[in-house]
Amino acid sequence: MPLEIIPILALLLVVLGVVGAIYLLTYLLGPRRPGDVKLSPYESGKEPIGDARIRFPIRFYLIAMLFVLFDIELVFFYPWAVVYRKLLSAGSFILIEMVIFIALLLIGYVYAWKRGALQWD
Amino acid sequence: MFGMDWIDLGILLTKVMLVIAVNFLILMIMELAERRVSAFMQDRVGPNRVGPFGLLQPVADGIKFLFKEEITPSQVERTLYWLAPALVLVPALLTFSVIPFGMSFSAFGREITLQIADLQVGLLFIFALVSLAVYGTVLGGWAANSKYPLLGGLRASSQMISYELSIGMSIIGVLMLVGSLRLSEVVAYQTGSLFTILPRWNIFTQPLGFLIFLIASFAETNRLPFDLPETEPELVGGYHTEYSSMKFAMFFMGEYIALITTSALLTTLFLGGWDVPWVDEAALGSWGVLLSLAAFAVKTGFFLFLFLWVRWTLPRFRFDQLMHLGWKVLLPLAIVNILATGLFLYLAP
Repeated sequence: MPLEIIPILALLLVVLGVVGAIYLLTYLLGPRRPGDVKLSPYESGKEPIGDARIRFPIRFYLIAMLFVLFDIELVFFYPWAVVYRKLLSAGSFILIEMVIFIALLLIGYVYAWKRGALQWD
Repeated sequence: MFGMDWIDLGILLTKVMLVIAVNFLILMIMELAERRVSAFMQDRVGPNRVGPFGLLQPVADGIKFLFKEEITPSQVERTLYWLAPALVLVPALLTFSVIPFGMSFSAFGREITLQIADLQVGLLFIFALVSLAVYGTVLGGWAANSKYPLLGGLRASSQMISYELSIGMSIIGVLMLVGSLRLSEVVAYQTGSLFTILPRWNIFTQPLGFLIFLIASFAETNRLPFDLPETEPELVGGYHTEYSSMKFAMFFMGEYIALITTSALLTTLFLGGWDVPWVDEAALGSWGVLLSLAAFAVKTGFFLFLFLWVRWTLPRFRFDQLMHLGWKVLLPLAIVNILATGLFLYLAP
């Protein structure tokens, strides 16, 4: 196990302790007076109509899919950025390489834009 | 134990306790400052009754939250409903671990870094935790099984993942300059001066990256003008509508702690971290350490005030405007920033 992770684990333990204490204290200290109306979902004071497992616009799914695509592409930027200066001394290859990668990424981006995947109204 | 002796363990625990205590202290100050600053900006007085100048107001609020009834509405998915506030608060508190908040010094015969862990992948670690925070918000909204929280949770998910792209791309320029994901090296890179008149902070070498990061961090922390997941006028409270007592407060604590971490991160990435320009802290001994801590506090405090200032100055965006800004403005700009930085480093090494 790498040594540098230990301090973070120590922090995690303390944080979990603090959060656990908050849960426990509020559970112990708060009163409990349940009632039918109190426990019903909040809909601005009206009788709730149906439950909340409703269909929602497909745009949210589209955004989620686009995010996954772009985020994976973003991951490739990180190692490239870290070694960029080092490899630049060996010539312009690393720059040209990334220009090609970004060009490919932009083709997909423009396609998504033109097909209206980024349109919200 | 893991190559550590008792002194190492003591130092580590002291740092951990210190970071958590300071985070909670600033959280309380922010809770009060939010109300006092907003009152000041709107020509009101704000809470000033509890303690001198209302300074004990956050304590009173905390006690009140503890003694309030915990209402668990009958329609909720219990496990996730209970887990969601912790999922917001825990990652937010962990993020601070890799941020260096002062100059390292030696005591007890060893080097003490003012940072909990100097991870080699520090920045990636931060972004991993920031991504985790989305789960708390989305699950909180979904598990409540009520319409307003559901809409709030949906908006939160779309907004946070959209701006995560911009925020992730905006720091690529910084990484290209620094050549490391280690945050202590990001700070070390920014010491010295630029064209002799400016400190060599990344805000001057990466102005576009800084701007994108700043705007996107407003969206990531759900702050006005991008607080669409919890707009009071249209969604009541958004994803935390069905929460009460301390579970409700934990969403807010998570949000404020994320704000503190974001300010600290902005300071580290773009304002030189704990570095005071043109001062060699290492030569000043223990005063240098105090100076570095003060510099870090001042810079972070500036960003914290900026978040308050903007909140009470700008009106809220509409959701389509928010998505438009994220996908069609900030994302292309971030790509332009990467290309420009690459070209600049190629032409002027």
